[in-house]
This record gives sequence, C-alpha cells and structure tokens, in this order.
Amino acid sequence: MKFAIQINAGPYASNAGHTALRFIEAALASGHEIVRVFFYHDGIYHGLKYATPPDDEFNYAAKWSALAQRHRLDLVLCISAAQKRGLLCRDEAERQGKRDDDLAAGFRIGGLGQLVEATRHADRFLVFG
Amino acid sequence: MKSYLFILRKPAHGGAFVQEMLDIILTTAAFDQQTSILLLDDAVFQLKKGQQPERFGMKDTASIYPALEIYDVKHIYAEAESLEERGLKPGDLCLPIESVYRKDIPGLMRRHDVLFPG
Repeated sequence: MKFAIQINAGPYASNAGHTALRFIEAALASGHEIVRVFFYHDGIYHGLKYATPPDDEFNYAAKWSALAQRHRLDLVLCISAAQKRGLLCRDEAERQGKRDDDLAAGFRIGGLGQLVEATRHADRFLVFG
Repeated sequence: MKSYLFILRKPAHGGAFVQEMLDIILTTAAFDQQTSILLLDDAVFQLKKGQQPERFGMKDTASIYPALEIYDVKHIYAEAESLEERGLKPGDLCLPIESVYRKDIPGLMRRHDVLFPG
C-alpha cells in the first residue's frame, strides 16, 4: 500500500512526530511504500539542522535524516510555512542575504502542490498532529 | 481526480493554522481536485458575520471563503449541532452553507476519497 504522510506538530510539542516516525518504520518493514512525508505548520521544525537536544534526548532531525538515507524517503518541508518560521533553504538564504541554509540532511523545500500530488498518488493519507 | 473533504475544527485567529489550512484548500482546488469543506466544532465561527480582524492586524480569513467559489469548491458544509451549541443560525454566517446533522456526517465522509483533518 502507498502512504502519504503529513506532520503538523513541532517535534517537542506533541508525540505526533514520534508516532509518525514509528509508523513509517513499521510500514516500510512490512513492505509498504511511503510516497512522501510532508511537513506543515510547526511540523517544519522537524527539519531544522541546528536543533541540538541533549545527547540523551530524542533528536528528531537526526532520526529523520538517518531514515531518509536508509530508505530514500522524500521529506518535504512546506516553503511558505518554513520561511514564515525562519527556516530557509540555501537559495532562499542567499537571496535574503543570510549566511547558511537551515535544512537537515535528507530534507528538501517544496510547495503545497507536492502535498496534494502525494495524496493523489497514495492509497492512504495520514495526518499526524 | 479525487474528492477531498477538508474537516476544519478550529476557530480563526488562534494562530496561523486556519490561514494555512485555507492555503491547502486553495491549492487542492487549483489542482482540479473535487474539493469540499466541513466546518465542525469551533470552526463554525470562521464564517461568523461582522468580524473585523484587520483592526487587530490579523488576516481576514472569512474573506477568503467567497474566493473559493471561483476555484470551484463544491460544497461548504457546517454541522447543525455545532452551530446550535454555539448559538449560531445559518443566517449569522457571511456565506450560505449547507447544514448537516451529526448523524449524517459519517455518510458524508464515506462519499469522499480523502479526508483532510484541520
């Protein structure tokens, strides 16, 4: 089965991201396909490269990056939600005269069209948070 | 083409959430998908007449709804009980909506391919 996933809550605001991660791991282990993971609202903070939780705490960006690398997941942060919250990709950072991009490895910036497209191609659409 | 039902449950002006949901609704309609909206719980306040959020520097999300017609958004439903519990009549809203009883909402949901919570 093909799943499209949306994550709306920030990493430390609820267990939505944690549940989504565990769901995706279980779905992939069972042979299902994840069409795309789309991060919206405060969910975009899952892709913040500079998040540095203490060593003994859950590091969401690092977990997502590792999962994306292992399974070639498509992790998309909504551009308008991300820019509004100060999280920029390299092109936009350069355009705004800022020094660096803010995206953790494995994440990319995209538009809402990519969310709609994912829901069109998926058999199931699940929203976390 | 798939049919989408956006199930909105939050009032406007409690943050950017409602405005961002309307962005998804507009995008879905712009992608020529069949798009409908169901207002539940406090979301029925989104269409209350006489809001002046711009006086407080907030975006007037209610004014986005009439534009949805141009995008061919098929139906805007509101749950009858949600309206009643909040003392609202369909005439208190700034747009005509289709009132749906709570008992009929599961059937409404079943008639759509994608249920989009917000």
